[in-house]
Amino acid sequence: MAAMSFSPADVGKVARLARLSLSAGEARAYAGDLSRILSLLDRVDAVDTAHITPLWHPGRQSLRMRADSVSEENRREEFQQAAPAVERGLYLVPRVLG
Amino acid sequence: MPAARTITALAKMLRSGETTSRDLCRETIGRIRARADLNAFITVTEDAAFAEAGRADALLSGKGGGGATTTLTGIPIAHKDIFSTLGVRTTCGSRMLADYTPAFDATVVANLKAAGAVTVGKTNMDEFAMGSSNENSFFGAAANPWDAGTVPGGSSGGSAAAVAARLLPAATGTDTGGSIRQPAAFCGITGLKPSYGRVSRHGMVAFASSLDQAGALTVTCEDAAVMLDAMAGFDSRDSTSVDAPPPCAAGSLDQTIAGLTIGLPAEFFGDGLDPAVAASVQAALAELEKAGARLVDVALPSSENSIPCYYIIAPAEASSNLSRFDGVRYGFRAGQFDGLAEMYEKTRAEGFGAEVKRRIMVGTYVLSAGYYDAYYLKALKLRRLIADDFARAFEQCDVIAGPTTPTCAFRRGAKMDDPVAMYLNDIYTSSVNLAGLPALSIPAGFVNGGGGELPVGLHLIGPYMAEAKLLGVGHRFQQITDWHERAPPGVDGG
Repeated sequence: MAAMSFSPADVGKVARLARLSLSAGEARAYAGDLSRILSLLDRVDAVDTAHITPLWHPGRQSLRMRADSVSEENRREEFQQAAPAVERGLYLVPRVLG
Repeated sequence: MPAARTITALAKMLRSGETTSRDLCRETIGRIRARADLNAFITVTEDAAFAEAGRADALLSGKGGGGATTTLTGIPIAHKDIFSTLGVRTTCGSRMLADYTPAFDATVVANLKAAGAVTVGKTNMDEFAMGSSNENSFFGAAANPWDAGTVPGGSSGGSAAAVAARLLPAATGTDTGGSIRQPAAFCGITGLKPSYGRVSRHGMVAFASSLDQAGALTVTCEDAAVMLDAMAGFDSRDSTSVDAPPPCAAGSLDQTIAGLTIGLPAEFFGDGLDPAVAASVQAALAELEKAGARLVDVALPSSENSIPCYYIIAPAEASSNLSRFDGVRYGFRAGQFDGLAEMYEKTRAEGFGAEVKRRIMVGTYVLSAGYYDAYYLKALKLRRLIADDFARAFEQCDVIAGPTTPTCAFRRGAKMDDPVAMYLNDIYTSSVNLAGLPALSIPAGFVNGGGGELPVGLHLIGPYMAEAKLLGVGHRFQQITDWHERAPPGVDGG
């Protein structure tokens, strides 16, 4: 593939997918950075990998199975202490439905 | 000349009654405060450390109810601030977690606590372990004790700076593409990245889950072995933890290296390697040869693709892992927003730093419709070729050696405007993570860094689960050389 160049609009699209708000100035700066990074990543295109099996993971074993039984105690209150907003055991977020 | 302040030496002093854990703790915290200029620590846990030291002293004096002691009992250590610590804030170098206090210990933290080690604090790091200079920390850059104008490396830069400045004998680190070995090399200390699955990742804030591995930064290989033995072990809370026999690294250090075959890949000695670093590494290899090792040429032809391969896979996994930071369950939440979507977007925009955002966007892009096959899937295939290269090379040699980094520590600010130049720091280290292998960086000489001498690291890579072998080779090297005993200017190495 030809060296891909990122426009600020492309950055805006990726940022929306990643749930990041960016100012116009930031989008311009990231467009330059991402274009340079992409030209590094594009080097992978030169290698023929037609018959190669992807290596997802370096683990030498398959994932273990375990009995479907409760292994942890409920520590909801402790864990919710780290949350920005909680009420009656529920996480509070802005209203979604009118 | 007093013995070096290693775990092994301090453990003897604790047993002979020459010192107590509380005294060591007091001294360590004094040293940390005296070297605030290094910015090696994000949090110092003075009160908890004294309480733990008191318990260790009771055990060591036989008054602790008869509990067993280990080499680590009463030894002050620090944790990279990526490990969750019960009741102690765990920032991961980020504004996103600047006020986050976990309700549990990472398995590594729990294991070292169970071995009796005394945690004195949490060390500085690149935000979410993304960086090679520690300049991406929300809490400011850490300095290299050899030359404050240079970086300590990253992402485990605070751990490396603290051990190099002899603030304490050991600190934990994590290594996703070189984040233990590169700072160990830059700071002139020993850094061990174990095999993938050897040490539990439970409670370690995730960056790239198929690459992340916890390890140790120490002065000597002997101490790295002690740390590994305490940290490692099967953990049902990490689905990738390997149920393997313990490494017993400390018990198998005294190996002969006569007849050991060391593979030298031409790819690790090519363009881009600083000639002075190359000369130090060649001299170190000559020492190993003199001690009986045999040097052979091996080939890792696919390793030339390890940087683009790594910088596709790691950001892809990071973009997925870091989606959990949404301002709902823990961490930072933006102050002003209109609606749920804007809350997510502003929280993440204000909570993450520039490099983290860059990697999240790269990862999002390479996983997005239309680009997934060309980038992500392609990188996974290259990853197979890279791992196969290592497997073939290890048919011809016992360990692989080369430089840890292409240059010595660089100046602060030198690469902050050029992410690609920063990424090239990982050129010799990232292929090891892609293949899941264990590797070690040990001090192997010095080069003129402009403002003075700066350390060089020798990189040793082993077959899967061969940590004990690697540490044995490193230990032998440290018996015949004294590079690891050299402390930075103005630092009391004794």
